[in-house]
Amino acid sequence: MKNTALTSVHTALGAKMVPFAGYNMPVSYEGIIQEHHTVRNDVGVFDVSHMGEFLLEGEGALDLIQKVTSNDASVLIDGKVQYSCLPNGKGGIVDDLLVYRMSENKYLLVVNASNIEKDWNWISSHNSFGVKMTNLSDDTSLLAVQGPKAAQALQALTQIDLGSMEYYTFQVGTFAGVNDIIVSATGYTGAGGFEIYFPNAVAEQMWNAIFEAGKDFGIKPIGLGARDTLRLEMGFCLYGNDINDETSPLEAGLGWITKFTKDFIDKDYLLKQKEAGLTRKLVGFEMIDRGIARQHCIVKDENGIEMGEVTSGTQSPTSGKIIGMAYVATPFSKAGTEIYMDIRGKLMKAVVTKAPFIQK
Amino acid sequence: MNFPSDLKYTKEHEWVRVEGDVATIGITEFAQSELGDIVFIDINTIGDSIGQDEIFGAVEAVKTVSDLFMPISGEVLEKNDDLDSSPESVNSDPYGAGWMIKVKMSNPSEMDGLLSAETYREMVGH
Repeated sequence: MKNTALTSVHTALGAKMVPFAGYNMPVSYEGIIQEHHTVRNDVGVFDVSHMGEFLLEGEGALDLIQKVTSNDASVLIDGKVQYSCLPNGKGGIVDDLLVYRMSENKYLLVVNASNIEKDWNWISSHNSFGVKMTNLSDDTSLLAVQGPKAAQALQALTQIDLGSMEYYTFQVGTFAGVNDIIVSATGYTGAGGFEIYFPNAVAEQMWNAIFEAGKDFGIKPIGLGARDTLRLEMGFCLYGNDINDETSPLEAGLGWITKFTKDFIDKDYLLKQKEAGLTRKLVGFEMIDRGIARQHCIVKDENGIEMGEVTSGTQSPTSGKIIGMAYVATPFSKAGTEIYMDIRGKLMKAVVTKAPFIQK
Repeated sequence: MNFPSDLKYTKEHEWVRVEGDVATIGITEFAQSELGDIVFIDINTIGDSIGQDEIFGAVEAVKTVSDLFMPISGEVLEKNDDLDSSPESVNSDPYGAGWMIKVKMSNPSEMDGLLSAETYREMVGH
């Protein structure tokens, strides 16, 4: 099991640690619900250093990215970030990722921890463009500072005007006295905030500086448990739950990052799938009956006929409602449709609901 | 952690308090701590006669769900309805306000096979 550069900090704080994607990670510090509210209302810090980072450099970098990703990276300019996915050549998804354009011939890809090796091998296998690829994952730490007070809490640490940064942009600058830090206005919570990339060597220094700067704003450490409830309230996909090697980006509602105006792996397959019509779709749902439909729970129609499967489910700490996501047969995918969850042998009523599940 | 010495315990982390032929059952402080924030107690077995080690319900935490097992055989007389609106009582007061069911014991001698507080504490290492 791998540690991040901050594992000893989490342990010292009394975090409950769990194995996640081969890393020893904090799942919670004071309780998932309390941590969830901290991020929605104030500001919290996640150590997400387990995420993977690949640097792609060279004249063919954009060509390689255009080939392996579904979104159109040619629209990126320096300082812009794009959400995208890697189609797997068989209609499924290798991973979802962020693409950062550092400069014309230099891009940073940020991938899921569980898929680092798979993604690296996949992208490498398509690198017929002479692109220099560097796997920075083991040397790079990443803190997600999320919440409505994130910009105020961090502003004392940098000359970058955090409050004016637009969502899905980044800047490279001095942060907490360290040069060449990537400060990215991105996140996985829907609460606003920043993701900050830096070398492992300065990890504790960064952590301490952020908590010192944020103490007047109620800044707290947040575990992966709240990360999951926060992202699910927004309807953000989690690789391994809602998307995987068997789900197509179109079925997953990721048509908006699948651009048929360019050439890429699976373009023809996905175009045919789109034209033929999808047989199933990923939808959000809210429970009407009382019960939590979790991953792998079978979804049925009113006659008890199986027609889908839950991919994520929890109680929303914000609304108290039981929410989740599920693949359902297309005729049941419209918002307002009543569907039934088989929870421990009982059919419980739910309704298809458009995400996000909370009002911002 | 607190494991009151007047209670009996199971390997599945339930506790039992006996008054006459009625046993009150809940989950231990260790169990609630492992589960994290508890959001829902699902018990639909009132009136059922259930054997020892069989399932009488489930406890839903934010991250996970766990089955609840009968420490002793008997008929489920009632459940703690306060948990419908305050499931977090199981976290904050597992041996008091967080009790789950009352059971009319059909074989009280089964109590002899349950764990003492001391044995249970050794088992969970706290």
